[in-house]
Amino acid sequence: MPVSLNVNGQSREIDVDPATPLLWVLREDLGLTGTKYGCGIAQCGACTVHLDGEPLRSCSAPVRVAAGRKVTTIEGVSSRAAKAVQKAWVELDVVQCGYCQSGQIMSATALLEKKPKPSDVDIDHAMSGNICRCATYHRIRAAIHAASKQLSA
Amino acid sequence: MHPLLHAHHREQRALLAASLGLSPAAGPQLTRRVVLQGAGAVGLVIGFGWLAPDPAEAAALGAEGAATGPLAPNPFLRVGSDNLVTVICKHHEMGQGNTTGLASLVADELDADWSLVRTEYAPSDPTRYNNLNFGPMQGTGGSSAIANSYVQYRSAGAAARAMLVAAAAEAWKVPAAEIKASKSVLSHASGKRATYGEMALAASRQKMPDQPTLKTDAQFTLIGKDKATPRVDSVAKCNGTATYTIDVKLPGLLTAVIAFPPSFGAKLVSFDGADAKQVKGVTDVVQTPEGVAVVATGTWAALQGRRALKVQWDESASAQLDSDALLAQYRTQAEQPGASFAKPAATQGAPAPAVKTIDAVYEFPFLAHAAMEPMNCVAWLHDGMLETWSGHQFPTFDHKLAADAVGLPLDKVKLHTLVSGGSFGRRANVWSDFTVAAVNVAKAIGGRAPVRLQFSREDDTGAGLYRPMYVHAVKVGLDAKGGIAGWQHRIVGQSIMAGGPMAAMMKDGIDPTSVEGVAPTPYALPMMAGDLHSPALAVKPLWWRSVGNTHTAYVMETMMDELAAAAGKDPLAFRLALLDKSERAAGVLRLAAAKAGWGKPQKAGVAQGLAMHESFDSFVAQVAEVSLKNGKVKVERVVCAVDCGIAVNPDVIRAQMEGCIGFALGAMYYGEIEIKGGRAVQRNFDTYRSLRIQEMPRIEVYIVPSTAKPTGVGEPGVPPLAPAVANAIARLGGPRVRRLPLTRSGLVAT
Repeated sequence: MPVSLNVNGQSREIDVDPATPLLWVLREDLGLTGTKYGCGIAQCGACTVHLDGEPLRSCSAPVRVAAGRKVTTIEGVSSRAAKAVQKAWVELDVVQCGYCQSGQIMSATALLEKKPKPSDVDIDHAMSGNICRCATYHRIRAAIHAASKQLSA
Repeated sequence: MHPLLHAHHREQRALLAASLGLSPAAGPQLTRRVVLQGAGAVGLVIGFGWLAPDPAEAAALGAEGAATGPLAPNPFLRVGSDNLVTVICKHHEMGQGNTTGLASLVADELDADWSLVRTEYAPSDPTRYNNLNFGPMQGTGGSSAIANSYVQYRSAGAAARAMLVAAAAEAWKVPAAEIKASKSVLSHASGKRATYGEMALAASRQKMPDQPTLKTDAQFTLIGKDKATPRVDSVAKCNGTATYTIDVKLPGLLTAVIAFPPSFGAKLVSFDGADAKQVKGVTDVVQTPEGVAVVATGTWAALQGRRALKVQWDESASAQLDSDALLAQYRTQAEQPGASFAKPAATQGAPAPAVKTIDAVYEFPFLAHAAMEPMNCVAWLHDGMLETWSGHQFPTFDHKLAADAVGLPLDKVKLHTLVSGGSFGRRANVWSDFTVAAVNVAKAIGGRAPVRLQFSREDDTGAGLYRPMYVHAVKVGLDAKGGIAGWQHRIVGQSIMAGGPMAAMMKDGIDPTSVEGVAPTPYALPMMAGDLHSPALAVKPLWWRSVGNTHTAYVMETMMDELAAAAGKDPLAFRLALLDKSERAAGVLRLAAAKAGWGKPQKAGVAQGLAMHESFDSFVAQVAEVSLKNGKVKVERVVCAVDCGIAVNPDVIRAQMEGCIGFALGAMYYGEIEIKGGRAVQRNFDTYRSLRIQEMPRIEVYIVPSTAKPTGVGEPGVPPLAPAVANAIARLGGPRVRRLPLTRSGLVAT
């Protein structure tokens, strides 16, 4: 059954079972492999994308939920906040294995778009759904603060 | 992979080689002889009077077609006419930063511009790309990547630099000594100037130096310089372009998931794939040695197909396996003597009699690695050969076992090693389970298409290959002066090495990975008597970040605090008194204590605990600042001191300490795989919990300045964390935690 999607600003029509999780449509039908599979049950956040600007665990959202709405993935995220987050991530060398970091960056971007000056508690709330087994949390927090500073500069 | 690190004996290496069907490789130094031998596959470089290899030949050196020659004097780098330097990394990148580290070793000696350095991963080749600590085996483990490559990769860069300088000297008709090389540019006082790219072809015709001169430490421009070599993989990992196994794209690629046995030791009775085949996208339902594979055009279809699959298993052999019962059995076993791993040294005169005895039993659960990227491998059988793509952490094992599985000679099997989304030891296993399973699926579909075997999170967590359960029973006597009068240490738990190709590394029935950290230990404990039981189970054991030190450090370091308390001494002073002969161990303890403000009053409800451990030739001490309120534990701050010899990349070292601390804290809080009726109970992150950002303490890392050879950092930050936290809990009036995770001792993390 065809589903109409808007992904990273492009309209796409995909013939897929509408119950298929958005994650697999992005990765395997659209080739956008920056979004990762980690748990399949919305526990780890590796699959985080934006749906109309809100963070969404794409592994557990049927693709039909995204029909007619704006999906943004790590490949397409380009807001001022996103650029600041990616820059801070690189400057602080946050990544280790890197597998969770697309999701971390999407969650951090969504946070800064809403709250350009987040407190540590805001960061805890916004980022607690994203697991990093390398435990880069110390730098994730520092990078969000750095991106925040950059945004207000 | 710790024991191999210490496997310096020719005999043991030969045993390992024999078990792999290989011949022992060349020695550890990058001498001219080794380079010549190593470069054998590109005979052009050597055999035809130093002519440049043609691009195709040069490309064959590397893995995946980055910049090509023409200057490719050894298997570890190429300098291209495009002015790019490509460093070929023999080690697997799973986050620990060794790609950046290896590249910086080459770049410093080459005087390359860091922004012009690229990296790629070496092909599987135990002759050219072996881990020099492992003998004839290519593999990453035991926190040894930088340690074993330190001279080798620097020599590779120095050799290329010498050839570039010689080429410039010849072209400009000036003495080589007058030529300056800096940031990929050659220059001379006369005003002559050339980039490395411009001089690369001429340099390839120069004679390679027999013994390239290495820089002194004072001449380094990148090694040891903070932030001089930012990670080479940050950008790709921040914009979604880094390619992991799960991201491999090939024409017609299929995805497979396997219905694995639901319990350890279960046997397949029968299956019915009719319903599975009705799922749109499912192409095949095939039996493999691992179980029943459902192959489909995409992952979701494969998962749906597996759900529709009907499989009957015989679980009779495994039904009795139960982790609670096993723990009880281990405790009973701990009352009987086992195989000796430490005997008291002969002393002059009788030891002082014990006036106090501490008797303690410690219990540790099974732990899964739970790397973020669930295990996977792409296999493609075509044109009489097999190709695989995966995070091949032990290429030599993966290569051999993949070849055996498909019945092809080694030279018809090509491995492509990709970065992996974590490993923590999981991808370093001598059964190559994820590789072999993928190859078996490729074989079962007759090589019709490339296929990716993907573990679901539940498959990954339930697959076994755990850090084994262990019980320690320890009895220590204190004499009237508070000195240690006797130390009886008994350990019960699976051997990681027994029953596999690593068994050759065991001596007198003792698996060194079961006891490392108790024996040897940097503490002067000549009175120690230790023995070991190594029961076998249907659950496969595996090394888990820092291996035996995951449990031995906990026992040793919490016992040190108990002894200090019983003797009425300060925990720091008590330890230092036993470390007269280990200045580096004492050094990290003193540094961490000083930076943490050890001994200074803390806020109400907050206490510090400390611990120190040596592993993989590095020393790490940590002071944990912990609060405890109504059984709720919070680690506020951790101060970490590390002595890993020369700090090649200080920021990567700090990152590894930070990551080790978070990884270890998560395991201490939550880590446990229970087994009921032969099945793993915890299968996903909802029940096999991981540390999350709100639980991460503030961390400070201090690196001891050193001129000693570099040693590991990927693992040594793990062992001291849990005992440091436990010691703080006890100082706050909480229980002496002797069973992990913390929830098993009536405590909750906040």
